[in-house]
Amino acid sequence: MADKRPTISVRSVNCPNCGAATTVRTFGHAVNVVCMSCRSILDAKDPGVTILQKYRKAVPQEPLIPLGTRGTLPGETIQREVVGFQVRQITVDDVDYQWREYLLFNPYHGFRYLTEYAGHWNIVSTVRSLPDGDHMPANSGTRGFDNELFRHFQTATATTVFVLGEFPWQVRVGDQVTAVDYVAPPRMLSAEVTADKEVTWSLGQYTTGDEIWKGLGLPGSAPNAEGVFADQPSPYATVTRRMWRNAAWLLAVATLLWIFHLGSARSRQVFTQTFRYDARQIQDASLVTPIFEIDGGPSAVRVETQTDLDNQWMGVGYALVNDDTGQSFEFAREVSFYAGVEDGESWTEGSRSDVVTLPTIPPGHYFLRIEPEGERIGKPVDYRVNVIEDVATSLWYVVTVILVMIPPIVTSIRAGGFESRRWAESDHGNAGSSDDNADNDDGAESDDD
Amino acid sequence: MQTVCEHCRSVVVRTDVDLKKVGVVADLPLEGSPIQLFTEGHYGDKNFIVAGRILYQYEQGTWNEWHIVLDGGIDGWLSDAQNEFAISFPVTIAKLPPEKQAALGKSFTWNETRFTVVSRTLAHYAGVEGELPFEYWDKQEVTFIDLRSDRRDFATLDYSDDTPALYIGKAVEFEELRLRNLRSFEGW
Repeated sequence: MADKRPTISVRSVNCPNCGAATTVRTFGHAVNVVCMSCRSILDAKDPGVTILQKYRKAVPQEPLIPLGTRGTLPGETIQREVVGFQVRQITVDDVDYQWREYLLFNPYHGFRYLTEYAGHWNIVSTVRSLPDGDHMPANSGTRGFDNELFRHFQTATATTVFVLGEFPWQVRVGDQVTAVDYVAPPRMLSAEVTADKEVTWSLGQYTTGDEIWKGLGLPGSAPNAEGVFADQPSPYATVTRRMWRNAAWLLAVATLLWIFHLGSARSRQVFTQTFRYDARQIQDASLVTPIFEIDGGPSAVRVETQTDLDNQWMGVGYALVNDDTGQSFEFAREVSFYAGVEDGESWTEGSRSDVVTLPTIPPGHYFLRIEPEGERIGKPVDYRVNVIEDVATSLWYVVTVILVMIPPIVTSIRAGGFESRRWAESDHGNAGSSDDNADNDDGAESDDD
Repeated sequence: MQTVCEHCRSVVVRTDVDLKKVGVVADLPLEGSPIQLFTEGHYGDKNFIVAGRILYQYEQGTWNEWHIVLDGGIDGWLSDAQNEFAISFPVTIAKLPPEKQAALGKSFTWNETRFTVVSRTLAHYAGVEGELPFEYWDKQEVTFIDLRSDRRDFATLDYSDDTPALYIGKAVEFEELRLRNLRSFEGW
């Protein structure tokens, strides 16, 4: 008793309005089919064919992907054919936003949807499971699905404004559903709620126009994507993570080197001597120190100037001269110290001593040439000069930290800018339209037991 | 049980061993399912064969409930709504909610699974064929309430009779059913 039925053949319907024949591509699935000639919506199930809705839009919209196109969607191995097309619209703050939906069909594997807005594409399929926890959509918050957390993006009333081709359900221009989107780029979890009757969850996968064009074998190239779309993956997401990881490694290495450097620096004093400077003396106070040795490898050298200044200042011009090579490192310091009592409170300003570190001094025999100067009033100044070799320095470490941090910080700022542009289009953007949508939530309310 | 005669479209009801003709059905309306009588497939570790079907019609279109018989003679239902499939089995649970209480978005816990109402559909038979495990005759428009869980569980509350009937199972993909003896389509 084998039931081998004949192959189901492709048929066409004749439009009672204009007489044109329109091919039916989804066999018995077609509930409605739009006349290719006059765009009337016809009852595909009725053997006599009746007009369900006459075409009433003045400006026809041509699908970017022609009906009848057959190809393989990115991520799939089977072929599907484009059988239906509709334009839907939401209105936010009195501005209409339209997007296009293509219905793709395979007689065994069923239907898929392809949505397009401003050159951004999503391959959409209905899902078999509801989101974790709260099974119904809402106007904010998150939903867990497929081990990922999706953030609420938008709740709006979507109105069908144009249809073409055929659909396995009743479709009319003017149909309305509540559409709720949650995003976890590159995926979007959406719910469509028909008041009191049905909630349908679907999952969209963000796809570039180029991939669609390639998969469906379309001529030319896909239109460029404009702006940032709700579930468009951020080009910075993985880069930012990688940059922070690399920066963390570099900082760890630099920190270890710095700690090692702090621990290994000898800080050996190679010269110390006290001099007296009397500014009232006319003669040149310049002097030259005895020769001292800086040993080891090139290292940082600290020169300390300790004075007994009392409400006066002094300047010291130093030159650290290598007696072997004649190489000279010149640097000028200024030390000032003032103190007093004003309104019963004592105050001080400045410091009696000064420290300077010369970053890299080669080993050798050195002497200091010292040229003090100061005010021609006040008492003579006693000052001690200490030279310490192989001291620990941290400036290189600070500079390294800053240089290592700049790239990830800049990229993080850019990533933040991308996310701001994404969320600016949502109910939760800075432009703030979440309150305006509060009355759009018919049937989208969470209503769990 | 009942069956539809292949040749004269008579509906025959088997009450004991005698078959008696209770009516004649019209040809099935157009629908696009790839499944047909005697299609074979797999569910879990069991094989099944399609023995009959009910085609339901509602305001948005049609869907099929294929009566399947699994290994061991277990009756089940393969639901096929535009190639979205689910397999379910009758379950006996006391105190099922009256139709009005099972509003869209309401949740119920059966067999330790939390189900939420995802659709409420008013439908009627548009046709039957093959063998059905019950007598369907003279049924009018009734409410079907579909529920899903967050783990692919699927349930239907059927308000055909005075007391609601519950079917529980899983949503399944075409590929995992591994169907054989499917219909063929021109150009595919």
